[in-house]
Amino acid sequence: MFMKIDRDQHRFREIVRGKVRENLRKYITHGEMIGRKGKDLVSIPLPQLDVPHFRYGQNGRGGVGQGDGEIGQPVGKGDQEGEGLGSAGGEPGEHVREVELTLAELAQILGDELELPRIQPRGKANIAQEKARYNSIRRVGPETLRHFKRTYIEALRRQVSEGSYDSANRGRVIPIKEDRRYRSWQNIPVPDANAVIIYMMDVSGSMTDDQKQIVRTEAFWIDAWLKSQYKGLERRYIIHDAVAKEVDESTFYTTRESGGTRISSAYKVCADQIAASFNPSDWNIYCFQFSDGDNWGEDNKAALQMLRESILPACNLFCYGQVESPYGSGEYLRALTAAFGDREEKLVTSEIADKSAIIDSIKKFLGKGK
Amino acid sequence: MTAARHFRPLPPELAAIQADMEKWALQYGLDFFTTIFEVVDADQLSAIAAYGGFPTRYPHWRFGMEYEQLSKGYHYGLQKIYELVINNDPCYAYLLASNSVTDHKLVMAHVYGHCDFFKNNAWFAHTNRKMIDGMANHGNRIRRYMDRFGVEEVEAFIDACLSIEDLIDINSTFIKRSNDDSRFEFQSATGESEQDRVQATRFSAKSYMDPFINPPQALADELAEQRRVVESRQQQFPSEPTRDVMLFLMHHAPLKPWQLDVLSILRDEAYYFAPQGQTKIMNEGWATYWHSTIMTRHAIEPRDLICYADHCAGTLAGSATRLNPYKLGVELFRDIEDRWNRGAFGEEYEQCDDRVVRDNWNRDTGLGRKKIFEVRRIHNDLTFIDEFLTLDFCRRHRLFKFGYNNKSGYYEIETKQFEEVKRQLLFNLTNLGRPIIYVRDGNYRNRGELFLEHRFGGVELKLTYAQDTLANLFRIWKRPVHIETTLEGKIATVSFDGKEHQLTRSDGTIRLPGAGDVLITN
Repeated sequence: MFMKIDRDQHRFREIVRGKVRENLRKYITHGEMIGRKGKDLVSIPLPQLDVPHFRYGQNGRGGVGQGDGEIGQPVGKGDQEGEGLGSAGGEPGEHVREVELTLAELAQILGDELELPRIQPRGKANIAQEKARYNSIRRVGPETLRHFKRTYIEALRRQVSEGSYDSANRGRVIPIKEDRRYRSWQNIPVPDANAVIIYMMDVSGSMTDDQKQIVRTEAFWIDAWLKSQYKGLERRYIIHDAVAKEVDESTFYTTRESGGTRISSAYKVCADQIAASFNPSDWNIYCFQFSDGDNWGEDNKAALQMLRESILPACNLFCYGQVESPYGSGEYLRALTAAFGDREEKLVTSEIADKSAIIDSIKKFLGKGK
Repeated sequence: MTAARHFRPLPPELAAIQADMEKWALQYGLDFFTTIFEVVDADQLSAIAAYGGFPTRYPHWRFGMEYEQLSKGYHYGLQKIYELVINNDPCYAYLLASNSVTDHKLVMAHVYGHCDFFKNNAWFAHTNRKMIDGMANHGNRIRRYMDRFGVEEVEAFIDACLSIEDLIDINSTFIKRSNDDSRFEFQSATGESEQDRVQATRFSAKSYMDPFINPPQALADELAEQRRVVESRQQQFPSEPTRDVMLFLMHHAPLKPWQLDVLSILRDEAYYFAPQGQTKIMNEGWATYWHSTIMTRHAIEPRDLICYADHCAGTLAGSATRLNPYKLGVELFRDIEDRWNRGAFGEEYEQCDDRVVRDNWNRDTGLGRKKIFEVRRIHNDLTFIDEFLTLDFCRRHRLFKFGYNNKSGYYEIETKQFEEVKRQLLFNLTNLGRPIIYVRDGNYRNRGELFLEHRFGGVELKLTYAQDTLANLFRIWKRPVHIETTLEGKIATVSFDGKEHQLTRSDGTIRLPGAGDVLITN
């Protein structure tokens, strides 16, 4: 009789997914649309799900509240629905609904949209570790895990039902052995497949802020997808002009240097990292390199050699994204193609002309399921 | 098939509790329809609640959306629906199977309060008491249309109608707004129309004074003026601005028969649900009053105490940004009862300035119970607050008014002044806190365009929503639609012609970006 609701729920989900799909390109090209909230929640505003009505605007959304407080004291933040009384009624869906998707769900939608294959991890993927979660209550246990509140409630309940609860005497509650409650845990298996993403970006003078925004957006989605595939995901960031160094995430996205470009310097840092911390037999290694393709002519040879000998054998995938820049010549891509052609299947290259090309680039990078 | 599934019969121990509760409720003079309790699990309850209490309702995605929200909220442990009761004869109420016996007692006592309110409150008098059947019929009709014309098309039309479902005239069930159309009104035989019947005012005067007291020129002018008024009134359509936009559309929009039927279904349901919005505070307050009276005086057993106190406290918790209707309602009812028991009302009491005398006022009138029964019969939230929210009450419950501060982006406490607080509360309750909108002209510019009018009361419309609503209205009216409102202190008209949104003000016309775009970027 009621499970008719399944149909409506299905319909709603279809619409949500439809909306997300429809707007997905927009979200990707306007990277700011999606913000990571809390641990891994992303909320996508989907105003079309709201049935529009004639409504009062912001300045009418005052109301009456109850409690202590001085005049001028804030009671709520502007963007939450503090609509006050009157709208506290029962009609559904009156305010803009933010559909909360977990990053995993979002990655799934991305995966569906781009028809990305699931990644086959290598390494000791099947070895599961166990992790303890405290999520239940037992009657026995060590005193250190005693759940004070539950114990108190049990004792109170017992005393009240026995009639020994003496409210006159300030209601003293004395737990006996049977009242005690203890926290208890369950072992939850955590599969152990390790992955690391190494981002390399050219920050030489020819990369402008626009190009960095493209790199940032693309990196966010690559992160989202790989995170949905691996439990523990490490990230390393390398920036380079004529010399390379490892940096933290925020520096990676914000630094602007000038000077020449020596790609081999970045490869060197990358190869050292792999050798030092990420044993290829245990780790799934992903390298993403973003550049405008302007390299010092004589450096190409060294770079290609290092790529062939120390990086490609170690990693699952090496992706080279070339951002179109008003200054860059873009010749490194040609050098790569000339050196490897189609023979090296771990190497993927793509040209990103502008923001709207990001989605195709991601599809190309991750479409191989490695 | 699951569709044929029946509810579990009430287990004997619950049936016994129900008999008890009913007995107490009757003893206190509550008067209700036969009440049937059903025990359901959490998902079923979420589903029924999503359908607004009617499992047989027509299919629509928003019920699915609501369901997802409710069931997720329940499974994540964020919220729980305690009671769900339907205004119907017999009254149906649902109990959550996983609740404790104490909760069942509380819910049943609460439900009897609601049932009494549904049956006796004047604002519910017009509602269909066989709405379970009514909703099932609506569901069948809409499902049939979906089979014939396609889900997409019917659903899209429902979406458009939902956009204007609150444009009804909630007071019209008590007031005759217009004369019934007479089917027998023909042109008079002489061809005399109303225009010919107008007469100029003529003062009595002796004949030789007549040209001076009633100058022919003035008479002619007045006659012309009156003719013009009559003429313009005849040309007006509707003849008076009407608030029942849904009804106006049913009569005058170019709808296919099935669309007309869908619109009428949604209008019926809107009128059916309206009183629940109009009496939220009273209804919940009344039910809370009775569950606490019955529980604390009769039904509670020692083992129930903690659970009862805990859940009662949860229900009545106050909030800084949302006035809890349960709390406000029950406290007001108690305040009224107390005042009428003490005789603390009437002119003599009102004019007494001495605080001590007022506080200790006691005439042993003992009218409290009688008074609250009377109040529950005649008032709705708006009149309830207007009549019974006193300065003392406002102080005692530390009510304040908050508003949005543009600079800080926060809602801030603005004042604790009684008059201001009360005014804000009444504003929020007027027309369910929604803008008041009339159809002014159904043939605007003599081009069949629809012209709505927002009666501005100091608060602007949310423009993006207004644009989207106009777009939906256009799908029903199929000609350009306009709404006149006030923006930044100036009269402004927002229009939609099927392609573009426009904003017309005295200083010119600008094209507005599509509402959808605006919403996405904010």
